[in-house]
Amino acid sequence: MAEASGLSRRKLIAMVGAAAGSAAAYQVMTSLGFAEESPYRGPIRLDGDPKGASVLILGAGLAGMTAALELHRAGYQVQILEYNIRAGGRNWSLRGGDTYTELGGAVQRCEFETGLYLNPGPWRIPYHHHGVLDYCRRLGVALEPFIQLNHNAYVHNTTGFGGAPQRIRTVKTDFEGATAELLAKATRKGALDAQVSKDDQEILIEALRSLGGLDKDLTYRAGDTSSEFRGYARDPGGGLSARPVDGAPMGLHDILTSRLWRGLQNFLLYEFQTTMFQPVGGMGRIGEAFARALPPETIRYGAKVIEIAQDGHSVTATYQDTRQGGAVRQVQADWCVCALPLTVLSQIPTQVGAKMKAAIDAVPYAASVKIGLQFKRRFWEEDEHIFGGISYTDLPIRQISYPSTGYNTGGKGVLLGGYTWNGPGSYEFTAMSPAERVRRAVAYGSQIHPQYRTEFETGIAVAWHRVPFTLGCAGDWTAAARAEHYDNLCALDGRIMLAGEHASYIPAWQEGAILSALDAVSRLHKRVLAA
Amino acid sequence: MSGVFVSRTIAGAVAIALILATRVGASAQEPATKAALPSAGPAMSVGKSFTEVGGEALYAQVCAACHQADGEGAVGAASYPALTHNARLAAAGYSVTILVRGLRGMPPIGRMMTDTQVAEVVNYVRTHFDNHYDDAITPEDVKAARP
Repeated sequence: MAEASGLSRRKLIAMVGAAAGSAAAYQVMTSLGFAEESPYRGPIRLDGDPKGASVLILGAGLAGMTAALELHRAGYQVQILEYNIRAGGRNWSLRGGDTYTELGGAVQRCEFETGLYLNPGPWRIPYHHHGVLDYCRRLGVALEPFIQLNHNAYVHNTTGFGGAPQRIRTVKTDFEGATAELLAKATRKGALDAQVSKDDQEILIEALRSLGGLDKDLTYRAGDTSSEFRGYARDPGGGLSARPVDGAPMGLHDILTSRLWRGLQNFLLYEFQTTMFQPVGGMGRIGEAFARALPPETIRYGAKVIEIAQDGHSVTATYQDTRQGGAVRQVQADWCVCALPLTVLSQIPTQVGAKMKAAIDAVPYAASVKIGLQFKRRFWEEDEHIFGGISYTDLPIRQISYPSTGYNTGGKGVLLGGYTWNGPGSYEFTAMSPAERVRRAVAYGSQIHPQYRTEFETGIAVAWHRVPFTLGCAGDWTAAARAEHYDNLCALDGRIMLAGEHASYIPAWQEGAILSALDAVSRLHKRVLAA
Repeated sequence: MSGVFVSRTIAGAVAIALILATRVGASAQEPATKAALPSAGPAMSVGKSFTEVGGEALYAQVCAACHQADGEGAVGAASYPALTHNARLAAAGYSVTILVRGLRGMPPIGRMMTDTQVAEVVNYVRTHFDNHYDDAITPEDVKAARP
């Protein structure tokens, strides 16, 4: 803990990297020790008559559709221009039969079994993302638990323990046991006399013994006590084969030098604490539900925005209708909520002030790659008793996530066979053909699960910098960029307001998209009523 | 404003810039099934920095992610500029600055490269893809350009 508060921001990004990266880093910086929950406090109320004012919304992701839904309910006329031929944006699931064409032209056909899917973008919802959860409730999106921490999944390092994956259960217990022993014995020797009162030292020792699995001598060693935490070499049974066998804890030196402890941070961070959720049937169910909740014809699909202009009375967006041979059309409205990714918006001639334009240009997008792999059987459950959760590794795939649904039913299953966030590997995977990404994910993953070699069937890989509608994964803010540009990015510029995860302090999370949209429409509504 | 949406086709503009999201000619159906094992091909970087050596390898394994293997860039909702025959590369410092500082959608990936690597990949791009700028930049130039 003391170490954590002394970490540099760069170090924090690296540590959070495997799972949520710099998307989470700012949050981590501000939340260490005083984490704030999402400020969402229930459905917003936009009271007052907008007198038929119209709002053009650019982008039918969660931010754009949240804005559209709430503005429509408040009496506005709303229309959305969307580049894709579907709603949801990064809220997206690839299912069997889907075809996906990435930038560069490579086409992948998803050959997963019916009911199996990959969420290329967001895939889990923290319990404190109240906005996402409330919209799921209101829009009838069924949720199920997403397993982030599975004690029986692995942490893996190519050099530690000879490259053999280790159960999270044992690494976590042995690390905590060994450190508890060190601290308890140091306390008993008087090492803390200057800082901690005698009475508190006794309680501290009692706590360390209780939580660290120490025996009566304050030692962490193979035996009944430690086995109750780390499990057994042979589990307790029945009848004559009943007697359990204790396992031997790993040495602290081995745990430290293997760096396997790095993986454990993913279970401690506020963003990843239990309970987490996922929509039943894929994250894309949320976007689909939003689209259904909007009035018919609200979303104009296949609309590539190429210019955004405004004057004192209205906003005009020019777009190419990609479903009509690229015919150039215009839409005009009183106001505009622009929820396009900054990677896209920064390239569109947009009539906004210099400060907002500078902010739009200031935020690069994180690189990220996700690879879904279908296997003939759920060997992770059948052979290794891993039901949901995530194994973390220092291999380029960074992690393997096991499906948080359909447990113990046999049949085929889809693993998230790789998920990178920034770092060299994200770009290197992106530069490969989709087939090569999948091939590598199988080759790397087989170092953790040798069953890959015989059970793999088909895969699909999404590299976010090659996703045609975003050209990147999510706003990759630095603290310096945020200090200089964030307020300018979010301000109302004439008749244009931006929304999206990039306009939030929860970048890369759907909650950020929704909260930014709610904040934007609240301010816009106030402005309209004041006009 | 009346609040009514106005939608119209701009006469005569239909012919301009019909840029489709995908370049059909480059399409290749890739059912990624039954991938061969074990892995072959170039090694991936270990750690937080790129380990590729030389401009050609850096381009193929890093830059090609967006600008594509042939340097032609790509176009979707927005675009990655083609590097082929690109007059913006005439000024040597331009590419270096973009690599180490980023520009709009371009992340500052030069931060994950050494000065030598940045120089090598910039020199590579400026002398390939139908670019003929022979005034090579040096690692010292890169060092000076870093933020």
